[in-house]
Amino acid sequence: MRNRKMAALTTVPYVIWMALFVVIPLVLIVVYAFTSKAGGFTLQNFSAMGDYAKVFARSLWLALAATVICLIIGYPVAYALSKMGPSFQRTAIMLLMLPMWINFLLRTYAWMSLLENTGLINTFFDNIGLFDLINKIALSLASDPSAYQPIDHFQMINTQGAVILGMVYNYLPFMIMPIYSVIVKIDRSMIEAAQDLGADSVTVFRKVIFPLSLPGVLSGITMVFVPSVSTFILSKLLGGGMNMLLGDLIELQFMGGAYNPYVGSAISLVMMIIVMICMTVMNRFGDGEDQAVML
Amino acid sequence: MKKKSTFSQRLLIFLLFFFLYAPIIVLIIFSFNSTKSRSVWTGFTFDWYVKLFNNSAILSALYTTLLVSVLAAVIATIAGTFAAVGLFNMKKRPRDILLQINNIPVINADIITGVSLCVLFVFLGKIFNFKLGFGTLLIAHITFNIPYVILSVMPKLRQLDKNLFEAAQDLGCTWMQAFTKVIIPEIRPGIVNGLLMAFTLSVDDFVISYFTAGSVETLSMRIYAMTKKRISPEINAISTILFVTILLLLIIINVRQAQQEKASARKRAEFENR
Repeated sequence: MRNRKMAALTTVPYVIWMALFVVIPLVLIVVYAFTSKAGGFTLQNFSAMGDYAKVFARSLWLALAATVICLIIGYPVAYALSKMGPSFQRTAIMLLMLPMWINFLLRTYAWMSLLENTGLINTFFDNIGLFDLINKIALSLASDPSAYQPIDHFQMINTQGAVILGMVYNYLPFMIMPIYSVIVKIDRSMIEAAQDLGADSVTVFRKVIFPLSLPGVLSGITMVFVPSVSTFILSKLLGGGMNMLLGDLIELQFMGGAYNPYVGSAISLVMMIIVMICMTVMNRFGDGEDQAVML
Repeated sequence: MKKKSTFSQRLLIFLLFFFLYAPIIVLIIFSFNSTKSRSVWTGFTFDWYVKLFNNSAILSALYTTLLVSVLAAVIATIAGTFAAVGLFNMKKRPRDILLQINNIPVINADIITGVSLCVLFVFLGKIFNFKLGFGTLLIAHITFNIPYVILSVMPKLRQLDKNLFEAAQDLGCTWMQAFTKVIIPEIRPGIVNGLLMAFTLSVDDFVISYFTAGSVETLSMRIYAMTKKRISPEINAISTILFVTILLLLIIINVRQAQQEKASARKRAEFENR
């Protein structure tokens, strides 16, 4: 039993560290959320959030849209990957993870220069004469040709679509990886058994493969939704500051001109609760054990 | 399940990689463009790379990033390994509670981790009269690294023979000797894995650093400041350098792994032939 004591001793610094820098900060957030600027107890910070209802709705909506798109693209890709040859699979997985090693900001910056009004995509459309064509058609259809404003670009950057695109681009591998790793582990004999019992390929997919891949889908959903709902960089760089998200709101309270850690803490608390709800819902369906380590 | 892939599946995977890599390739190509234009090619140049290496703000940010990442990764690995061994030998109930707490920084949104540490540091700073800076940045990085080290060391401990430790002690090792001479070599792959993971997480981090670094600037923060101003192909140049470095590292790691696998396969074959 000496070993147990010794082992407990080695955890003491760790426990102190985690208490000081993980637990106490979160407790402080909760305390600040109920503290007024003068220092007393208040619920004002939460009622102040009513002004930001739009931001909450927008954050949830954009994160949800990105998650659904990631799932729609990610599932077929993961499934297709699992059908490839083993050496191709290994290379493909490496290529899938490689962009994740590039700084998040740089990946987003890459899209900024593509989506700009004078960016590569608009330049390309211009060069193939797309805008001329559109202008001609619109002009011939317009009831008042003199009032028609010809277009020379599509507005892509600084829109909600660009923010969603940024989320999908950055987090799509987080959806593909868990789904793929669950699908490749499915016991082949289960599928063969289903086929022997007369199931066609659609039924096999619907009744065997899909239900068995559900844990991967659920952890994919959390791994895309949580960073999407809390981002503040994507909305700043691709949304042009017009599409403020929850993350921006928090950032503004702590780093911006509107320095107010009390309201900031209240918003953080609400975001934590959203994340927690999301995790519990997902854990209820899947066995959450293996989703913590993702690499 | 038919093992063969269909044409549409191959097309899908091709499109995916096009989507993932096209932006990065465009970014790299325009790092060699002679003007600041990001859509029209005007000629080849290395100017942006030269500018990059003369940019003292970027170089000092790079230095800060490397320093904080190395320090945080090493400290977190040492602390995390000791903690994992301790946790492993604990009774189930307290261990489960501690592992739950350990998971908080992994699961929580980065911005919450960053903001909560920011609140703590400002709060303590008022009492003890210090400002946010390199010290707080380092503490923050150690804090979010430790859980990942523990998560990669723990599985190795589970594979360990439980009697090994006691056998070493029966043979006269002290606790520390048994730990360094028996346990550590056994769980080394997990430790190395944790160290690498901690290091990459630290290099890559922006959000938590942003809230805890005060006036100190990491490379990510420098890039953020630059992207806000928008036009500078120097950013493209940094991306290219980072991308090529990572690609080379991954290739080296993969080649080495393949060689090791081959070597061990050869050994096994020799052994069986004997």
